[in-house]
Amino acid sequence: MNGSADRPPIRVVLAKLGLDGHDRGLKVVARMLRDGGMEVVYLGLRQTTDTIIDAVEQEDADVVGISMLNAGHLTLGPRMVEALADAGLDVPVVIGGIVPDEDRPAMANAGVAGVLGPGATAEEVVACVRAAADARD
Amino acid sequence: MDSPSSPASRFRTLSGIPVDAVYGDGPAPGEFPYTRGVHAEMYRTRPWTMRMFAGFGTATDTNARFCELLAAGGTGLSTAFDMPTLMGRDSDHDWALGEVGRAGVAVDTVEDMTDLFAGIDLGSVSTSMTINGPAPILLAMYVVVAEEGGVDRERLAGTLQNDILKEYQAQKEYLFPPRPSVRLVTDVVGFTTAEMPRWNPVSISGYHIREAGSTAVQELAFTLANGFAYVEAAVAAGMDVDDFAPRLSFFFNSHSDLFEEVGKFRAARRIWARWMRDRYGATDERSLKLRFHTQTAGVSLTAQQPEVNIARVALQALAGVLGGTQSLHTDSFDEALALPSEDAARIALRTQQVIAHETGVANVVDPLGGSAYVEWMTDEMERQATEVFDHLEQLGDGSLLEGVYAGIDDGWFVGEIADASYRHEREVNAGERIVVGVNEFTEGDDPSARRLLRIGQETEEIQRKRLATVRQGRDDGAVASTLARVVADAAEPTINLMPALLEAVRARATVGEVVDALEGVFGTYVERAVV
Repeated sequence: MNGSADRPPIRVVLAKLGLDGHDRGLKVVARMLRDGGMEVVYLGLRQTTDTIIDAVEQEDADVVGISMLNAGHLTLGPRMVEALADAGLDVPVVIGGIVPDEDRPAMANAGVAGVLGPGATAEEVVACVRAAADARD
Repeated sequence: MDSPSSPASRFRTLSGIPVDAVYGDGPAPGEFPYTRGVHAEMYRTRPWTMRMFAGFGTATDTNARFCELLAAGGTGLSTAFDMPTLMGRDSDHDWALGEVGRAGVAVDTVEDMTDLFAGIDLGSVSTSMTINGPAPILLAMYVVVAEEGGVDRERLAGTLQNDILKEYQAQKEYLFPPRPSVRLVTDVVGFTTAEMPRWNPVSISGYHIREAGSTAVQELAFTLANGFAYVEAAVAAGMDVDDFAPRLSFFFNSHSDLFEEVGKFRAARRIWARWMRDRYGATDERSLKLRFHTQTAGVSLTAQQPEVNIARVALQALAGVLGGTQSLHTDSFDEALALPSEDAARIALRTQQVIAHETGVANVVDPLGGSAYVEWMTDEMERQATEVFDHLEQLGDGSLLEGVYAGIDDGWFVGEIADASYRHEREVNAGERIVVGVNEFTEGDDPSARRLLRIGQETEEIQRKRLATVRQGRDDGAVASTLARVVADAAEPTINLMPALLEAVRARATVGEVVDALEGVFGTYVERAVV
């Protein structure tokens, strides 16, 4: 399940975008993804689209995971997607945190590859990130 | 506290049986070490304050919610600031994009603070402000608003969270490195001790430590260790412990394991009393009494079947009351989805009113005292917390303050909390712990029935315009000279910064401008990213 022998593990850059300091969920997700066989580049708090893009380029990441519990997802989520596209990077963005169901279509329209809400299991988290990475191929 | 009826007739069960204030032997409530409570009669004579935390949008939006809460029977105000304010950034700063007024109210200048408390008599209400990094600046603004409204600072009652140590450990809303930040905390303690006798300068908070994923023991131990650290810092700054300690207060989480929580609250009082007397030499009884605010556990709320959260909140609130809290915030059931809607906030307040007026639990002090299980749990909490204190004391060569700094510097606190958090997550994931509606009993979720509070994009524009207007209308020369004094005073560790901060905000310097000035002297803090 954790990636076939001929495929390198999925590399995921995880970050908190913006001022929000709630990092419990992101840390749990980092460990879930590691336990799920992925490589995690954990940037931590107070990242900008620029610092995230730098990390994606340097680490050759397959997926960007950003966590937001500050109700800023409608502004910052699409901004991250656009910034990656502007940098010429075809890397999907998964958002975790508190995203009301009614906002999910807007997130999908903005190009966000996946949304993980409170209570997502380790299997769901891993599957969501894997699906985002696979959709890119 | 005489009333027309005798006390005996006032406190009866629902069936009419008269009940005494206290049952059982041993040190009574109000007696050292206060395990059973800080007051002899507790809620019979001093009901807990129903303090509901609120803040969103502009100051005017939040002011309306404050007025509603007061009209609905709330007895104290508690302010939630938005993320840019908490991080000391103005609403027109790049970092603020998308975050203005979203998770709390936006305050840039003293003008916003004026709007926030419009129509509320600051001389009679008590106000809690949940802010840490920029806490001294916001306190200065509150004092100036009162002053300009004709209320002297010595009449102001309230609490400033101003607990920076737990920011490095858990909530992560720090601005400067730990040492200059603790100096700011100490400056506030010194200022309010001298000039604001009704003000609690620090609310030493375990709440955020628990929300970040700690266990109950870690919450208890880290919080009290931080409390001891502030005591050591204030004493080192030349203050007498009995001058400031009576005004230190605490803030705990009340989670779902009812007896564990009650044991935690009881142990907290006992440990504080013993340490303050025996280690720090406090002799004023008020220095020994740990008073605390409680909030129910936000992390326990589920996005699935959110109505079930009403039951969780009620049980957690009950634990806080059985544990002897002085004030209580009950979470709204929709908080795993969005900021509380007005209806949800009202139900949360009503939950407290049911506990206070219908259940009878407030008629008897420490009603669980004497239960073999609760007494054992209290002892066990104290024993395990003591192990943590020993570790920190070792790290700090005998100083708790230095031990806490060391634990922050080497990532010990964040590592301990992250381990506990992941352990819990795995247990839930494996089905070893049942979370109703999440990993068991999942039928019945109806997302279409939800009505959530939405903060429109217009808040950001309104707030930026407001800030621009204030910037235009002020005397820039005065702002510059007051900020220069802030810089000069910051560079001299023995000077209390509060007078300079008061001057700056009075001149309409913004939160961001003052923080920038302080950053120039203190520097910034970047956490080592540890998973």
